[in-house]
Amino acid sequence: MKTPSTIQAKGRGPAPVKVSRQKPSPPTPSDAGRMGSSPPREAMLDSALTHLINFFTSLKLTVVCLVLGLVLVFWGTLAQVDLGLYRAQNEFFRSFLIFWGPKGAGWKIPVFPGGYLVGGVLVINLVASHFRRFRFASDKAGIWMVHLGLILLLLGQLGTDLLSRESGLHLREGETKNYSEADRQAELAVIDTTEPEMDKVVAIPQSILMRRKEIHHRELPFVVEIKKFFLNSEVQDRSANTSSPPPSTQGIGLRAEVRELPHTTEMDRRDVPSAIIGIVTPKGSLGTWLVSEYIDGPQGFTVDNRSYQVVMRPRRYYKPYSLQLREFRHDVYPGTDIPKNFSSRVLLQRPDSGESREVLIYMNNPLRYAGETYYQSSFDRDNKGTILQVVHNPSWLTPYFSCVLVGLGLVVHFAMHLLGFTFKRRTA
Amino acid sequence: MKWFWKLLPWCFVALFAAEIIAVMAPKKDKEYHVREFARLPVLLNGRIQPFDSVARNSLLQIRSTGDLPLEQVPSWKFWHHPKKLKATEWLLEVMTRPETADTRPAFLIHHSELLGELKLQDKGVEKSGLRYYTFNELKPVLEVISAQAEKASEFKSEQQSTFQKQVLKLANALSLYQRLKVTLQPEGIDNFQREVAIFKDNLGAAQAVAQAGDQGTNQNTAAIRKIARPVKEFQTMAKFGYPLIIPPVAPGASGGQWQNAGAALLESIRTGTIPPASGSYAAMATAYRQQKPGEFNQAVAQYREWLAPRFDKEIRKGRAEFYFNDVKAFLHATIIYIFALVLACGAILTFTIGPSLSESLRRSAFYLVILAGIVHTFGLVFRMVLEGRPPVTNLYSSAIFIGWGTMVTGIIIERIYRVGLGSLVASIAGFVTLLIAHNLAVGGDTMEMLRAVLDTNFWLATHVVVITLGYAATFFAGLLAILYIFLGVFSPLLSQKLRPAAAAPSVAPVEFGKALSRMVYGVVCFATLFSFVGTVLGGIWADQSWGRFWGWDPKENGALLIVLWNAIILHARWGGLVRDRGIMNLAVFGNIVTSFSWFGVNMLGIGLHSYGFMDAAFKWLMIFTASQLAVIGVGLLPLNLWRSFRTRTVPPSGTNGGARVPQPAAP
Repeated sequence: MKTPSTIQAKGRGPAPVKVSRQKPSPPTPSDAGRMGSSPPREAMLDSALTHLINFFTSLKLTVVCLVLGLVLVFWGTLAQVDLGLYRAQNEFFRSFLIFWGPKGAGWKIPVFPGGYLVGGVLVINLVASHFRRFRFASDKAGIWMVHLGLILLLLGQLGTDLLSRESGLHLREGETKNYSEADRQAELAVIDTTEPEMDKVVAIPQSILMRRKEIHHRELPFVVEIKKFFLNSEVQDRSANTSSPPPSTQGIGLRAEVRELPHTTEMDRRDVPSAIIGIVTPKGSLGTWLVSEYIDGPQGFTVDNRSYQVVMRPRRYYKPYSLQLREFRHDVYPGTDIPKNFSSRVLLQRPDSGESREVLIYMNNPLRYAGETYYQSSFDRDNKGTILQVVHNPSWLTPYFSCVLVGLGLVVHFAMHLLGFTFKRRTA
Repeated sequence: MKWFWKLLPWCFVALFAAEIIAVMAPKKDKEYHVREFARLPVLLNGRIQPFDSVARNSLLQIRSTGDLPLEQVPSWKFWHHPKKLKATEWLLEVMTRPETADTRPAFLIHHSELLGELKLQDKGVEKSGLRYYTFNELKPVLEVISAQAEKASEFKSEQQSTFQKQVLKLANALSLYQRLKVTLQPEGIDNFQREVAIFKDNLGAAQAVAQAGDQGTNQNTAAIRKIARPVKEFQTMAKFGYPLIIPPVAPGASGGQWQNAGAALLESIRTGTIPPASGSYAAMATAYRQQKPGEFNQAVAQYREWLAPRFDKEIRKGRAEFYFNDVKAFLHATIIYIFALVLACGAILTFTIGPSLSESLRRSAFYLVILAGIVHTFGLVFRMVLEGRPPVTNLYSSAIFIGWGTMVTGIIIERIYRVGLGSLVASIAGFVTLLIAHNLAVGGDTMEMLRAVLDTNFWLATHVVVITLGYAATFFAGLLAILYIFLGVFSPLLSQKLRPAAAAPSVAPVEFGKALSRMVYGVVCFATLFSFVGTVLGGIWADQSWGRFWGWDPKENGALLIVLWNAIILHARWGGLVRDRGIMNLAVFGNIVTSFSWFGVNMLGIGLHSYGFMDAAFKWLMIFTASQLAVIGVGLLPLNLWRSFRTRTVPPSGTNGGARVPQPAAP
């Protein structure tokens, strides 16, 4: 399918950009006559393909994508002021298109390519032009390294976006936990507490609570109905002069008021979800409950002589090992309250391997263990508890390789350029 | 005449070198050994520093100046140096003779709305459009100020109006001033030394009473009565005293043992002994208050002798930092940069008219840039040693380091091309960045301790240094590009060939414009390297400390913008989308991108949807951006309006810098 000129371009001929300039001259009638009747279609296909290849391998596309990227980053940075970092990140960088619509209107139109689109086209452009334009030659070694490193970096970040999971671990001194909790996701846990030695937990993640009206599960002899779900809310004690009916017919909801709040965009705040759920057994409804992250303790009910509890809590990720906080330290510079260091001494225990050791987690020195990394993130005001951030990110190493590759590549390329330039000047 | 042109550069160097040597040479104290006192180590902001630094930084926060002029001199009488109080002299006055200090115009208030609110428009002294007030003048409105400040502090700093910010600043200055007053002795006591002595004599008795507790023996009530008043005063000093001036009694103990004067005296009730330092400082305070230079000098010398064997490290730190403050390396570097700038301009302007003059000026500029660079480097390295840190730890030091990086690049470029451009850019950048640094220093201590996550010399030395070099290189390319545009539009220079005499012997004669364009390309390459590696290193640091490589945080995005922009310039050039002139315009835009990333992202929190929008720095950023856009506008003028290119009728094909002259159609 390849025309001789493309093959030549792939070899050591003139740069393909120039080829494309010469190429588009339409076939003359005499050409068509010589080639017969079917070739024109093939030629058209061929030229379309060449156009496509030229498009995806052109340096113009690179520059256009880079400029779009620049505008995107700039815009996305300014947008953080209004949207907050988290939302701006999702709308601008973790998206294919940026949508815009007038305030209050129900519709939105795409107005600008998002991070995935720009990044994706850049990667295609990069890979394609390498296959098409560059030879494996010593004087291109630098360029190869730079672009390989960049591809690695971008793919690594894509991997991080898709595969990484962040959660938090709050420990008071002396406390032991074998799970971490999601930062911005809740779950509805329905706990069967009948057996004294073991609880059976059915955890329903927030994403399902938001979507579904009814939840059936084979472990549960009843249906959980989601009457209402508030992404962000506030729960208060019910004041005496409230006229509206209580939010639920059972549990704490009888004494409480719930108010829906707008989705928060500030960086240091998070949504507190609440829901009103109904429990429906085959024999009929047991009533409704108000569950919320505001409400600490679980609320109980009984079905077929089995006791159950419901609780809305941050989503939990369980681990095959546990961490116990031995000591938290908050060091300050002498005579000031400027923090010098935060550190947590924790005991790591793993029952299945018998491992048990103490580790010190402090600023710039996280604990990496079993595919997860624990960072010193925050602490309780009384300095008796620590908050560790737990990150599971399989592609965390890619930036390290990429940095070395690109850095070396740039040095090699510019050095050769510079040396060549100086050499030329000396001989001239 | 030839020998004259050869000699001239060395004359300039000798002149400025003599000035530098004079500045660096040790100086003698006058009647009072204030300089000796200024060297004494104290603990403040978590670090050991001399009294001199306390004084300078306090005066900067209160008055935005490094000293306090005592007489009014009209600014046109520039040869007449007004008498002034050096920072430490002022501090001693505040600490021991507050009645006099209260009559000095030490408080700068320049916000007109605030002045109106306080009804102060007609009071104070005015100098170059700024108004300074004495503490006595502010006394009647102290309550108004603190009430307004309290109101203002309810807002987050991003939401405060300029008025509120200024009120808070004034309230802080006043509180700092009043804290300084009770640092050495209680306010207005004539003989503090005697009071401490009485306290000491009655200490044993008082202690016995304290131990006896409620058992109610009335024997020693006289002693108690005698120390009741001092104890009350010590409590005030303990509560408000600013720097911690009394070193721990047992040296070697962890540094947290330093105390302020009041706390140390109060503690002596428990321990039964008064720390020697307290006695010495009381003696100094009393002698200075009673204007007895001999006794003051003796007390300082005695205290130093006591310190020497115990706190050697602290004494050396105090002396070194005093020397650093006193030499003012960056100020002198700035002055030399200005002269070099003028000479380099002269060299370029006389390039065609008087070759020997031009060459002589060029050499002068080059040598002066090197001299300024040495002074600049001296200051930079001295700071690093004092702090025990890599060069960049905050915005202030980043400005100094950007200037340093540009200076070094400029010297290298000048060494290669020898046309004065390197010197010109180096001196502009050196001068401007040091000026920026000077303005950033007004906030107070520039060697503050680093908060937990930043307390890592490894990352400060790698990520921060590399990325700052990236800033420096991008600015350098931008400055060269501005020169290209101005020289091209307003002078015929760009199309001139460099004379082999002026250029290094190895340089083949090239066009001025071509040479510039190569410089810009080379510098952009380095800018790409530094900004990319620096940015990724920053990501890796973030991964080490927060668990994510990239979080789209404004500062990270700012760094990414620079990388993207440099990549755009390089790819546009490789792709043939732009030629010389286009690259120059892109490089000028790089200045905007870099300044946004350097300063702009820090303002995002403040700006955009708050009243404090028009902060001074933001205003300057906008002015800078506008000026760069204007330069790009000039750069976009059609080439036949460029003086460098319009004289040429038939451009040789393919050589002219950026000339988009219609080429004859290919046959």
